[in-house]
Amino acid sequence: MPTVSMTVNGKTVRRDVDPRTLLVNFLRNDLRLTGTHVGCDTSQCGACVVHADGRAIKSCTSLALSCDGMAVTTIEGLATGADLHPMQEAFRQHHGLQCGYCTPGMIMTAIDLVARKGHHLDEHTIREELEGNICRCTGYHNIVKAVAAGAEAMKAPAEVPAMAAE
Amino acid sequence: MSATGIGAPVLRREDKRYITGKGQYVDDVNRYGQAHAFFLRSPHAHARILSIDTAEAEAEPGVVAVYTGQHLADDKVGGLICGWMIHSKDGSPMKAGPHPALAQGKVRYVGDHVAVVIADTYSEAKDAAEKIVVDYEVLDAVVDTAGARTAGGEPVHEVAPDNTVFEFHLGNREPTEAAFARAAHVTKIDLVNNRLIPNAMEPRAAVGDWDAGTDTFTLYTTSQNPHVARLVLSAFIGIAPEHKLRVIAPDVGGGFGSKIFIYAEETVCVWAAKKVGRPVKWCAERTEAFLSDAHGRDHVTHAELATDAGGRVIGLKVHTVANLGAYLSTFSSSVPTYLYAPLLSGQYDIPAIYVEVDAVYSNTAPVDAYRGAGRPEATFVIERLMEVAARELGKDPAEFRRQNFVTSFPHQTPVIMCYDVGDYAASLDKALATVDYVGFPARRAESERRGMLRGLGFSAYIEACGIAPSAAVGSLGAGVGLWESAEVRVNPVGTVEVLTGSHSHGQGHETTFAQLVSDRLGIPIDNVSIVHGDTDKVQMGMGTYGSRSGAVGMSAIVKALDKIETKARKVAGHVLEAAEGDIEFKDGKFTVKGTDKSIDFASVALQAYVAHKFNGQELEPGLKEGAFYDPTNFTFPSGVHICEVEIDPDTGVTRIERWVAVDDFGVLINPMIVEGQVHGGIAQGVGQALFEGTVYDSSGQLLTASYMDYQMPRAYDFPRFSVETTETRCPSNPLGIKGCGEAGAIAAPPAVINAITDALGHEDIAMPATPRAVWRAIRRTPQKMAAE
Ligand code: FES
Ligand code: FES
Repeated sequence: MPTVSMTVNGKTVRRDVDPRTLLVNFLRNDLRLTGTHVGCDTSQCGACVVHADGRAIKSCTSLALSCDGMAVTTIEGLATGADLHPMQEAFRQHHGLQCGYCTPGMIMTAIDLVARKGHHLDEHTIREELEGNICRCTGYHNIVKAVAAGAEAMKAPAEVPAMAAE
Repeated sequence: MSATGIGAPVLRREDKRYITGKGQYVDDVNRYGQAHAFFLRSPHAHARILSIDTAEAEAEPGVVAVYTGQHLADDKVGGLICGWMIHSKDGSPMKAGPHPALAQGKVRYVGDHVAVVIADTYSEAKDAAEKIVVDYEVLDAVVDTAGARTAGGEPVHEVAPDNTVFEFHLGNREPTEAAFARAAHVTKIDLVNNRLIPNAMEPRAAVGDWDAGTDTFTLYTTSQNPHVARLVLSAFIGIAPEHKLRVIAPDVGGGFGSKIFIYAEETVCVWAAKKVGRPVKWCAERTEAFLSDAHGRDHVTHAELATDAGGRVIGLKVHTVANLGAYLSTFSSSVPTYLYAPLLSGQYDIPAIYVEVDAVYSNTAPVDAYRGAGRPEATFVIERLMEVAARELGKDPAEFRRQNFVTSFPHQTPVIMCYDVGDYAASLDKALATVDYVGFPARRAESERRGMLRGLGFSAYIEACGIAPSAAVGSLGAGVGLWESAEVRVNPVGTVEVLTGSHSHGQGHETTFAQLVSDRLGIPIDNVSIVHGDTDKVQMGMGTYGSRSGAVGMSAIVKALDKIETKARKVAGHVLEAAEGDIEFKDGKFTVKGTDKSIDFASVALQAYVAHKFNGQELEPGLKEGAFYDPTNFTFPSGVHICEVEIDPDTGVTRIERWVAVDDFGVLINPMIVEGQVHGGIAQGVGQALFEGTVYDSSGQLLTASYMDYQMPRAYDFPRFSVETTETRCPSNPLGIKGCGEAGAIAAPPAVINAITDALGHEDIAMPATPRAVWRAIRRTPQKMAAE
């Protein structure tokens, strides 16, 4: 079996893998990082989004071997100790999740969106950019609010405006 | 209201684990030494199995075992059951065909379970399954709902020669016919309520485990009601007696009804765990979810509404064919009957109603409850009829509804339900104001200037939630009671664990239930934990569906808290050396009336356990109480949703421009969570109306078995929703709650279609109103054609 090595959430990992192993299964089964989810088999739902070398990718559609040498960040790697990433905090503050299954992928997509489009995201942009992420629970309403607030908060990682400010 | 009490928009306590990737869903559970299951599924909709040869598959690398229906039969494993008996109008019981967990002799839909391969890895199991040789004799498939009874050929089940499961009716035929005979106007409509595939984002999964030392089984499963799963797996399927079977439903990633039912896969995983002596894990791929999760809706209906010369509705006649698919799923028979027909009266005072429902088998996936379950179908019928009738009579649809609203309570309908309370006009008025109804003609004119079509549609829905009084559902055929249980355990330090039979799979019970307890006992919310989803912890429960967790589940907690307070007062009386009757309990403190002698809740808890201050014979040590709450009536959430659309006649694309929801859910525990439930419900309802169409071809192949083919609603499909509430307190439960989980999905479809038909100027459009369907419908509109 070939060997794959990468940096996952800041730690170097090295494993022998079946060459057909998908990145998502490598993360979930080999590294037991089960925060990254699988919601489909056609690369449509975005439950599996992680960052590879700083860019959002669908880990269900990438082979572990194709990420050899990359730096991968998963939902588990966002918080610094007890301090949540501002986007995580924004999802909580704005009730941007219900069952939580789509949430890791949503948050990873949202952070990537901020990296690409900046901190002032209008509603239209956010809705368009969430094209590859399906949520069955929330009707997206509060996700959109959370992403906008999280984007702002990432600029000045202090306080996310509270729900009541609506 | 305290910051964390009833009515406060408390941020969710469960979120922390979900936003950090620390949720524990079934697929995150891994047991030492586990093997993996792959199910070989039928490629045919209807076929006899002549032979199955598994020898080659068994020899494949990593394969532990291959099992077929014969192994289940040899082990006397019972079939899956339907827990609600419906009788036909001639008094005969419904015709339930056999439903083995792995096919025995015949397959009845594409995706039906033929064999299971268990191997060291999932890939090995999947690879080996290709080596199973099945010899099928393919039969003609019954697919079409309306045509199932006259399909001819071999019936889906021998017990139902014309594919009819039952012929149900409700209401009064003669008075209804009399009303139609004297009607000034009759509105007729033909409707299809499109079949939906639930698509909770977490696919179904199961891990079966068996402990050889104690001969006990554990099943981790994606369930909305683990206790019901245990009951069925024990008492009917015969896996193990209940005390030898533990069912755990940990974090569950959405259900919407589809995870109520007891399915083949979890049955096989737990049974096989003992056979192979290893834990057995299965997790559905999305395509398997499309093929084999219980689907929703699938009705074909003809309905007629009779009005008198003054525009009062005087009668309603409905005939529905309901497709139940290839097998009767766990609660399937109740959905198009008692969850449907009793809601057809809507918010209206209709003196005569008669409903007939013919349920049919077909070679399609089983159909069962999906968010709303029967009530969206009923609402679609009555709200389309009301809109069309108003148009035919030249009346404003809002005012026509208002004229026919039930205005005095209690109100007994001709179809079982007794509405206890409501103020339908209040919701309507608020919705009209919020949507700016008077400004609509100007908005429409503005759209038309841009060459666009604009329409506005109403939906004034009612639902029966808080399911349900056990005696009532028992008399209607339910195999179970629909109470809920709660146990409140106060620890010696005054922290509290609440064990509930409700199950949260996104609803936020860990927050709302804790709000109730913190409010009542006057303790910090952080001192309360909510325990659910494990039959070894919670003794018994009926689970979460039918918007019942608030009205029924929380009422059980209230009942247990009443007992806690009674006991705690006794303890406080002993400690404070006062008569029990002189003790007041407020804000977490027990005080002797008229004195400053007091003791806080935590100290009472400690005293209850050290038991130094009272005689253990007259007052038992400890502070722990349980309760079962059986509701006395259904609850009746209601409201008005208004949808405003703009249609591009060149493309047929419908954009929702405004959505106003004004709902009466009774008392709200956490308005933030309630709003979220409404948002999600609307999105699912809009999905049904605009996007989600399940397509089987004439041979029974599911053409919409992935997200490439089945259009899920996405973020860009929606505007911002305006969600507001009115409140009439529910009189039948202690908290005044009605329930909010299904409202959006019930209200939304007719609101969308009423808006689209308003824009089109005719009624000829079916769900889902995709761009293609709308584009074609526009070309069926003479006046719009001329205007173009
Ligand atoms: S699991 Fe990767 S897109 Fe669905
Ligand atoms: S929160 Fe459940 S799928 Fe998004």
